Amino acid sequence: MPATRRLSSRALTIAAAVVAALALLPVVYLLIRAGEGGASHAWDVLSQPRTLEVIVNTVGLTAAVTVGSMVLGAPLAWLTIRTDIPGRRLLTVLLALPLALPSYVAAYAYVSFLGPRGLLQSWLEPLGVERLPSIYGFWGAWFVLTIISYPYVFLTVRAALRRMDPSAEEASRTLGQSALGTFRRVLIPALRPALASGALLVALYTLSDFGAVSMLRFDAFTRVIYIRYGLIDRSGAAVLALLLVALAIVVLVAELRSRRAGAAALHAGARRVCLHSLGRWRWPAFTAAMTVFTVGAALPVGVIGLWLVRGISAGEPLRLTGELVGNSLQAATLAAVAVVVAAWPIALLAARHQSRTTRMLESASWIGYALPGVVVALGLVTFGARQAPVVYQTMTMLVIAYLVMFLPLALGPMKASVQQVNPAWEEASRTLGHGPVRTFTGVVLPLSRPGVLTAGALVFLTVMKELPATLMLAPPGFSTLATQVWSATSENFYGRAAAPALALVVLASLPTALLALRDEIRPSRPGRPGGPPQQPPGPSQPADREPGRELAAVASR
Amino acid sequence: MKLRVALGVIAVPMLIVAGCGSDDDTDATNDDTTAAADEDTDADENADGDESGDDDTGDAPEPGSLTVYSGRSEELVGPIIDQFEADTGIEVVASYGDTAEKAAQILDEGANSPADVFFGQDAGALGALSAAGVLAPLPQDQLDLVDPAYRSDAGDWVGVSGRARVVVYNTDRLDEADLPDTIAGLTDPEWEGRIGWAPTNGSFQAFVTAMRVIDGDDATAAWLEAMRDNNTQVYERNGPIVDAVAAGEVDAGLVNHYYLYPRLVDEPDLAAANKFYGDGDPGALVNVAGAGILQTSEEQAAAAEFVEYLLSETGQTYFVEETWEFPLVKEMDGPEGLPSIDELTPPAIDLGQLEDLEGTLDMLTQTGVL
Repeated sequence: MPATRRLSSRALTIAAAVVAALALLPVVYLLIRAGEGGASHAWDVLSQPRTLEVIVNTVGLTAAVTVGSMVLGAPLAWLTIRTDIPGRRLLTVLLALPLALPSYVAAYAYVSFLGPRGLLQSWLEPLGVERLPSIYGFWGAWFVLTIISYPYVFLTVRAALRRMDPSAEEASRTLGQSALGTFRRVLIPALRPALASGALLVALYTLSDFGAVSMLRFDAFTRVIYIRYGLIDRSGAAVLALLLVALAIVVLVAELRSRRAGAAALHAGARRVCLHSLGRWRWPAFTAAMTVFTVGAALPVGVIGLWLVRGISAGEPLRLTGELVGNSLQAATLAAVAVVVAAWPIALLAARHQSRTTRMLESASWIGYALPGVVVALGLVTFGARQAPVVYQTMTMLVIAYLVMFLPLALGPMKASVQQVNPAWEEASRTLGHGPVRTFTGVVLPLSRPGVLTAGALVFLTVMKELPATLMLAPPGFSTLATQVWSATSENFYGRAAAPALALVVLASLPTALLALRDEIRPSRPGRPGGPPQQPPGPSQPADREPGRELAAVASR
Repeated sequence: MKLRVALGVIAVPMLIVAGCGSDDDTDATNDDTTAAADEDTDADENADGDESGDDDTGDAPEPGSLTVYSGRSEELVGPIIDQFEADTGIEVVASYGDTAEKAAQILDEGANSPADVFFGQDAGALGALSAAGVLAPLPQDQLDLVDPAYRSDAGDWVGVSGRARVVVYNTDRLDEADLPDTIAGLTDPEWEGRIGWAPTNGSFQAFVTAMRVIDGDDATAAWLEAMRDNNTQVYERNGPIVDAVAAGEVDAGLVNHYYLYPRLVDEPDLAAANKFYGDGDPGALVNVAGAGILQTSEEQAAAAEFVEYLLSETGQTYFVEETWEFPLVKEMDGPEGLPSIDELTPPAIDLGQLEDLEGTLDMLTQTGVL
């Protein structure tokens, strides 16, 4: 290896280590806080029977939401890619939309619609329905979290299907397997890495969510950390949060295992896919997909719309200003840019210099995503106010918080994108005398543009929805749509929350639609799942024409 | 090299945060901030909801402005802060959030906290800051405006507005007279599954602490267990309880008094009303929203002016008219149509006695309520 190559790899490693260190700040804060209480206090917290119950609750919910999202997301992905279901492109966007809903807004909307005496019950009252079964507890939390997070699986599996050679499926059918048998024996094994990627995002999202479990009153970790300690026993809260970190690590390891086991991935094919004809199932399938959209996106948005109408007719102020929209856009844009830039060193290392170190750096970057926002925020408060007062309570600090929380969302697509860039191109650039920086800006960057866009869109829409860290770390006086929604709903002013909530959902749906349509707009073409490519693509197939893969690998590590 | 990198990843943040315990060196402000974002420091004025789209990023405050950490939402106190700025010419930058979280943030920030004033809506959080010694003594003439029951014994925070515990009930299903005469009566089997409460809520916990002070731990634990056994329905916050009562999901709920009124503005024929308890019933506790000034503030004079403003006739009238809270400055009239704070006869306990929140949380946990 030439000296300059080694040098650039070392520089990358250092840059990646700095980013990973930043991502680990909240964990360090937790260790210090937990340490303050001493070992005996930590043991008191851990040994309470209640703690075990919360672990069981959280593990159960996470597993159920993950399975639910896969069961919902994978078949919908198949329907919109491989079949002649009517309105495929429209359906794709509609089915991705729940991603644009913040969990606290969705949970509120579902409770007011599906609550024991909610809107639905009032419609059914003439039929003698006095009250609906309680939505609160495990099943309510499961329902809301599944419906708002299945799009992660839907989008990743779609992208994987899109680049998968359909000939294996066709062979299976030719050999007499039924459609179901083909799905089970050919598609599921081949889709395993994509399913695992989507499942990882769903599982870690479920671990870190506070909005839905608190509204639906289910004792998952985040809720218990918040309610039982908070201001009173922050050392005990830190112990519980560390337990949550441990659970996240278990999930990360499990995903890694299943990815290895799923090495049977089919290589992608170049051929145009023949769509399965659904025959007389076409419209029933369409109806089923539309039902998912109706329940997952139309219904909660409709409930917010109802608040808006009521609010307007009651003469409530709308509370939607250009400033709020501008601030939300500004925070989301800055975060998207910063996260994408910061993800580069780790993405390059992970794609080009696989080693134990790079795997460790990559895994470290996931922890912040699994922690509840308020835990990350308090950790950065301590760090910021005491060690970095110059940036504390400035946009810089807020953007750092988003970076810590959402780095993995960018890392996956970018790494996959780099993996698709044939190293031969880089070699060529180096041979022509370009340095590492020039090679990066001239070759790697342009060729991995689709992954960068996917990464940016995901971070953008997630930051739009973020609440706890924004509340704590935004510069004083900086309000966003999300904080305005919180401000109004926390005082029961639903009418005043409606307009900013709708604006938030609309703005977050734009990148969501972009994500859903990216693999739809461009033609599918050959690609290689995982690992550095073996053969250079021909010049007629520039690598940047393959956007779907990055999404599929949104969680690939 | 791998090992070195591995150690580096662990060591860097350790070093960065390691100084957490030592609140020595740097001074309390970060005024000289040079942020990446733009320099516009106009105070946020969007609480009125009618501003143009001026792209105000509200960056770190310039010297001379007042930073208020508000545990009360912008929806509630944004307008009065704007009015303060207009009347005094003092620029305020407000950072809004949950009362307990904002208080925790101040404790985590230590000596470098940018906050000048803490404005929270629970005596417990104010008490926690007072106990941690981060609040400065307030001028005696400000303290004297308010009944001693609604301010700190140490003289470092003062109540601004009162928040009464009530039972909100569904007017289609119940008359006020159907409710028991005391909160203790809600354990009667008659009320099984018909009552809502919010054990995670700060105001509820303050009420339980008050009950412990008045009736003792044993009686309070017994009451909590009986309520739990009576299948009392758990909600996340007060607001959703009011909604659930109005919808008939439960027939009555333990809440603060003012959640009902904004809902009645949205929907005038909402089937819900408040029953105010009295006679020293713990169910009639009056908690406060109040303010304190941080010792580390370099804007002590402006901060004192802010607290003074909240206690002025303008400030008190605002809370009466806009948030339906009780004025705590003596001889101010309360919200129309509500009993006055003197008529409420809340339990005669000093809110300073409500500091044992930890004991309450332990009890709520042990009785299986939380």
